[in-house]
Amino acid sequence: MRARRLQSLAALALAGWLVLPLLPLAIWSVAHGWRFPDLLPQAWTTKAWSYALSDTAGVLNSFGLTTLIATATTLLAALVGVPAGRAIGLHSFPGKRLVLILLLAPAILPGLATVFGLHGLFLRLGLTGTLAGVILAHLVPVLPYMTLVMAAVFSRFDPAIEHQARSLGATPVQTFRFVTLPAILPGLLTASLFAFLVSWSQYLLTLAIGGGRVQTLPLLLYSFVAAGRNDVTAAIALLYLLPGLVILAITARQITGRSAALTEGLRP
Amino acid sequence: MTRLALQRLTKTYPGAGQAAVHGLDLEVESGSLTALLGPSGCGKTTTMKLIAGLIAPDAGEITLDGHPITGLPPERRGVAMVFQNPLLFPHLSIAGNVGFGLRMRGLPTAQIDSQVQAMLSRVRLDGLADRRPAQLSGGQQQRAALARALVLHPAVLLLDEPLSNLDPGLRDEMRQLIRALQQETGITTLVVTHDQAEAVALADRIALMFAGRLAQHAAPQDFYRRPATKAVSRFFGGVNFLPGRSAAGLHHSAIGPLTLPPDAPEGEQILTIRPEALRLGPGPNSRPARVTALAFLGTQTRISLSVAGVALEALTSPDQAQGLDEGAEVTVSVPPEAIWLLPPDA
Repeated sequence: MRARRLQSLAALALAGWLVLPLLPLAIWSVAHGWRFPDLLPQAWTTKAWSYALSDTAGVLNSFGLTTLIATATTLLAALVGVPAGRAIGLHSFPGKRLVLILLLAPAILPGLATVFGLHGLFLRLGLTGTLAGVILAHLVPVLPYMTLVMAAVFSRFDPAIEHQARSLGATPVQTFRFVTLPAILPGLLTASLFAFLVSWSQYLLTLAIGGGRVQTLPLLLYSFVAAGRNDVTAAIALLYLLPGLVILAITARQITGRSAALTEGLRP
Repeated sequence: MTRLALQRLTKTYPGAGQAAVHGLDLEVESGSLTALLGPSGCGKTTTMKLIAGLIAPDAGEITLDGHPITGLPPERRGVAMVFQNPLLFPHLSIAGNVGFGLRMRGLPTAQIDSQVQAMLSRVRLDGLADRRPAQLSGGQQQRAALARALVLHPAVLLLDEPLSNLDPGLRDEMRQLIRALQQETGITTLVVTHDQAEAVALADRIALMFAGRLAQHAAPQDFYRRPATKAVSRFFGGVNFLPGRSAAGLHHSAIGPLTLPPDAPEGEQILTIRPEALRLGPGPNSRPARVTALAFLGTQTRISLSVAGVALEALTSPDQAQGLDEGAEVTVSVPPEAIWLLPPDA
């Protein structure tokens, strides 16, 4: 009984740790004048929200652009990461350890160290300031996640089942569609959601390669922070959190390994 | 009904010094149930994968009714393979698994359903159509895998060690099922196995392979009565080998001259006789012998004998062996009609 109470207390503390910092954001976004040492704002308003959601703020455009970049990055990463992960997970080949170390490098090295070299290279290729350049740059931190997750997925995959499908009359495309894909789908989905989030939260790479011309949500957020607009910043920050929360809700079950509260209601 | 022929089929795996399959010539008769038999590593599974098109040969040709299929991808060969593991698709129901090949062909759903139902009842999985593979026992999974291949009515059916993953009690049942389905459908079937007893019980014809080459291709009885070489005879339990020379109806070896059956060929030869054909007691070609060991095997007793210093083995019924002890002096006879002559060791 006592252990149970302690457990729920710990869970509550953890939830508070994660949720409480968001509370001021929520309040800021609807506050009309909120000065120290007041506990609550003097008045409430939806001005910040209506501004953030208006065409002039450019928030919705940025939201769309960030979604587009993250989606494109995820798709490209899957296109490369699935076959690469398969090769690493299923086969042993000379230099496999080196490949793994090189793959991990972008995840280990600080982004600041690589971004200048990348910028120089992209400048020469004429990719700076373009959408394509930003997407390619995002692949640098995203691809390791995708490839390593898929390598783990394929290391538990028996390719004999593909031979079986072929022998039963399935073409290579049908074999992938009806046998391989269903087998790797849970892993691919998890990897894709995290790839999406890694791209979604890129600031430095977007700033350096996009050169301010590719205005994603984190860049816009920083510009409002710099302008000292606490209320609009709070509203954008909450919008910025949205995909993360949705993805957390979707994957919570897989992360905890059992049905989690967040997804309980979503399932039939 | 399709005749399967392999011509000079050769496959060497990269890095391997020796060819896994070496110039293999084999004709599998139309509508026959043939066992591809051999010790592990003899190339029988490689041969099966070559026929299925899962690997490509270095040389040689595979034909169905004379049409070469060597260059075709696996899905266009009309050859269905059932693997040693059932390899059912875990995300599909049993009905989904059995209907998989038909669905890939683009058959209408109603047609698939009726064929799948008929096939499932044929392999006695009627009530399990909606189950997932993981909910089935090993034997049921194996039957579902067999049904999944048979429902396609392939020109050639390949079964890789279909009984090896089953409990001994289930093996007999599965063997009978395979045999019955093969007889019913008349599909040319090739079964890979390393177990000679299984091959004998299951197949019309046996193709025995050693080290990537065909050692003998014949009816099961021939491997006991007329083995092609000493190695073939050994694989089928042959233990009595007397190297020597035959001339004028007599074979001369370490145990002296033995009368041969009429029309026996002459020259340097190894005389062999099945242990179960060696007789205790007087008769033609009799010799004094000493019992060196006795082993009770349940339905039979194995008697190890020393005949003029040469070790021979006899298998008799336990009744006949009653009263014998180690060291006993007996008479053993070699019936001429049970003698078979093998080529000398190379």
